[in-house]
Amino acid sequence: MEPTNVRAPDYFHKVVDCQWACPAHTPVPEYIRLIAEGRYTDAYMINWKSNVFPGILGRTCDRPCEPACRRGRVEDEPVAICRLKRVAADNKDAAGVEARLPHVAAYNGKRIACIGAGPASLTVARDLAPLGYHITVYDGDAKAGGMIRSQIPRFRLPESVIDDEVGYIAGLGLEMKLGRHIDSLKSILAEDYDAVFVGTGAPRGRDLDVPGRTEAAANIHIGIDWLSSVSFGHIEKIGRRVIVLGGGNTAMDCCRTSRRLGGEDVKVIVRSGFDEMKASPWEKEDAMHEGIPILNFLVPKAFTHDNGRLTGVVFEEVAPVYDDKGRRSLRPTGTPDQTFECDDVLVAIGQENSFPWIERDAGLDFDEWGMPVVNQITFQSTNPRVFFGGDAAFGPKNIIWAVAHGHDAAVSIEKYCSGLDIADRPPPGVTTVSQKMGIHEWSYDNDISADLRHKVPQLETKAALANVKAEVELGFDRALGYREAERCLNCDIQTVFAEPLCIECDACADICPTDCITFTVNGEEDDLRERLKAPALNLTQDLYVSETLPTRRVMVKDEDVCLHCGLCAERCPTGAWDMQKVLTEMTHAGCSR
Amino acid sequence: MTYITKPKFHHPGLQTNALGFTRRDYEGKVSTLCAGCGHDSISAAIIQSCFELDVEPHKLAKLSGIGCSSKTPDYFVGAAHGFNTVHGRMPSVLTGANLANRGLIYLGVSGDGDSASIGLGQFAHAVRRGVDMAYIVENNGVYGLTKGQFSATADQGSKSKKGVINHDSPIDLVGLALQLGATYVARSFSGDKEQLVPLIKGAIRHKGAAIIDCLSPCVAFNNHAGSTKSFDYVREHNEAVNRMDVIPARSPITARYEPGTVTDVTQHDGSVLRLRKIHADYDPNDRAGAMAFLHARQAAGEIVTGLLYVDPQADDLHGYLGTVQRPLNGLTDRELTPGAAALDGINASLR
Repeated sequence: MEPTNVRAPDYFHKVVDCQWACPAHTPVPEYIRLIAEGRYTDAYMINWKSNVFPGILGRTCDRPCEPACRRGRVEDEPVAICRLKRVAADNKDAAGVEARLPHVAAYNGKRIACIGAGPASLTVARDLAPLGYHITVYDGDAKAGGMIRSQIPRFRLPESVIDDEVGYIAGLGLEMKLGRHIDSLKSILAEDYDAVFVGTGAPRGRDLDVPGRTEAAANIHIGIDWLSSVSFGHIEKIGRRVIVLGGGNTAMDCCRTSRRLGGEDVKVIVRSGFDEMKASPWEKEDAMHEGIPILNFLVPKAFTHDNGRLTGVVFEEVAPVYDDKGRRSLRPTGTPDQTFECDDVLVAIGQENSFPWIERDAGLDFDEWGMPVVNQITFQSTNPRVFFGGDAAFGPKNIIWAVAHGHDAAVSIEKYCSGLDIADRPPPGVTTVSQKMGIHEWSYDNDISADLRHKVPQLETKAALANVKAEVELGFDRALGYREAERCLNCDIQTVFAEPLCIECDACADICPTDCITFTVNGEEDDLRERLKAPALNLTQDLYVSETLPTRRVMVKDEDVCLHCGLCAERCPTGAWDMQKVLTEMTHAGCSR
Repeated sequence: MTYITKPKFHHPGLQTNALGFTRRDYEGKVSTLCAGCGHDSISAAIIQSCFELDVEPHKLAKLSGIGCSSKTPDYFVGAAHGFNTVHGRMPSVLTGANLANRGLIYLGVSGDGDSASIGLGQFAHAVRRGVDMAYIVENNGVYGLTKGQFSATADQGSKSKKGVINHDSPIDLVGLALQLGATYVARSFSGDKEQLVPLIKGAIRHKGAAIIDCLSPCVAFNNHAGSTKSFDYVREHNEAVNRMDVIPARSPITARYEPGTVTDVTQHDGSVLRLRKIHADYDPNDRAGAMAFLHARQAAGEIVTGLLYVDPQADDLHGYLGTVQRPLNGLTDRELTPGAAALDGINASLR
């Protein structure tokens, strides 16, 4: 193999698995160390810069970082990254945060419209407002926040957290035009904005068209609309027996909300298998913890009703069948249909985009599925003045993706308004600092904690079910937050090897707890992976290969399960190994031109 | 030294041996030696050897004297028995322990000071008596703990870190061991585990006195230009006579070699030492030939390594003395006090 170029910006970024997996590339280990130090406000600001909604995401994020976490490959469970983010938010000094919010530059003469006040639009506004842009935010709801406010139940996310974090952005001098539903893009384009950002989400819940749907309509509700009505206080009750159809996170929110509004016998019924459900494992766990059974492989066939009143749902039992190519289909098992009696049904079988308000002659191309054609990197539509982001761009995803889209769209909008090439994307900023303080002293805590993942304390179930606004998760307190933070392996503190200094004494290979380091003759990657001290079978993880050493061997390090404990560097007599913090930060609008 | 304890986490794919232990289970405490010390590599080689041989930790006794090398038994097989003796007296303590309990594996770990200076007499007598042991000398040619004076194994003409030339003749422990009748004699280098691990395994499996002189550079005081025990010097002058694999008794032998390139030596316990020749004429069963070869190559400035001599069917001290088969702590009152009739019998035999 060729020697690895560790100065390529992506090489060490990929080693920080959590950050690499995060759509917004939040520097996770950096803020976790600050939490361990008790510097909550500093930790909060790193998050705020990167993901804009730390308190919200610390409770609701889909956390793609956690399955990627290296800790999950050396013991049972990853670091509770998401809930540590909440520790930073819960313990921050509010005045300290206010003082550190960006100063808004003088008006630069450019006006931007953001349609929708959800996470994507607010991210665009957050990035552009400090640069002097005049931002106008439109939303049909009376309060800003979008799906964060309308769809996420209060028992998962208190309204005060939304008010705080939406408020930080609105306070950057935005013009908020709330309670104003936009029904024409052309009318907005006519208003002479320099650019328009569409962050209207995926606002339409999919319906279930089976017999009985119209007759029993009074007791059949679309999940996201129903959640929104609960959030805004329009609905306060539901029947005693509730069936929730669907297996995503919205279904989990629906069933748990039902339990709090009078639903005593609440079931979730899904057509696929339990393991294939789209809901996050922890959300399924939380629902079952509240006494909600999840029944699988049942396809709804009809609603039964009596005099316009819903009486139940009929299901056909199916089983998965796999064809020669391993493709799965659901086939009826032939057993008699099953009927479940109920008083209300919540349909949470998916969401879709809906652009009835964009005229087809507004200068935008739409694809065959009725979605606007949007560039995957610049988020620009075929009308150069119109940008998309969040669920509105490529269909339903989640908050953290919306934030990532918002950052990228803001970069594009800024370049577009400055007359620059928007295809020219700014590289991330990378800073490298040696952590060596003394012979065996490092400026990070390299003593690896053996603690298993700590559980987040929860409100007692009875009290939780009594109040739809009572937050179930109580969050880690500072002491528990510290212990969980100590589980982080500091994957951004990189092992950097300097060939000219190496005397090939083997000390690093001998001390490495996870057998990452091998000195051997070079070869092709496939061959080399087999010949290492511990075979490198995880192909998603890179090999770090040195230049050829005097004995004609190379140093090969498998990054896969490196604990970043620094023992290789501690046992190196010549300083050929150094532990260097490589901090990768995404470049947002205005940070480079 | 390293202050943190080595994390318990290990590679998820780490293999286990016949006892269900991983290699990590054969580790000891974190070393307090200087970073990069050759001795730590030897400890790693001992760990690897014990893992591969399925050694039960409680059946292993580690004995050492005084010095950097003699500290190392703390850094491997933490669950084994250990005895850190008086300076240079390890061989006699080991001999005593071995006589009292022949059921254990005896691993003597010593250095050039401990074995070639203060303990030279002890070394010589343990070897000539044929004590069943694997005796490893971690040989760096300097007194590291007292900051780098020449030891008795430093080569004549070599230069200290301060620039002083050594005028004394070196003691060659391999030559001594051959002359004193050791039945397994090897030399190796801490920087070459592929060679060292099989030599340690063979020594542990050998019945009788097995001596390994292992060159082990002192990174703090003897790894400079002018030293003959530095990483660079040993790598440049290393002349391996053979490479070895240790094949446990009753294991199928699968690898094939060109005829004439391989010698199989079956040891007392049935294990096979498979020697791949590097020097075509070298015969590791010829004690006198080995001594002559060593002297000739040494004069030419080479450091000969590999398995230099083995007598695979050697006996040991217990065999020579005709001692009881069981460890002394396993003997019962009935055997220890056989009664008046037995005494009468002994007395009668002496009349």
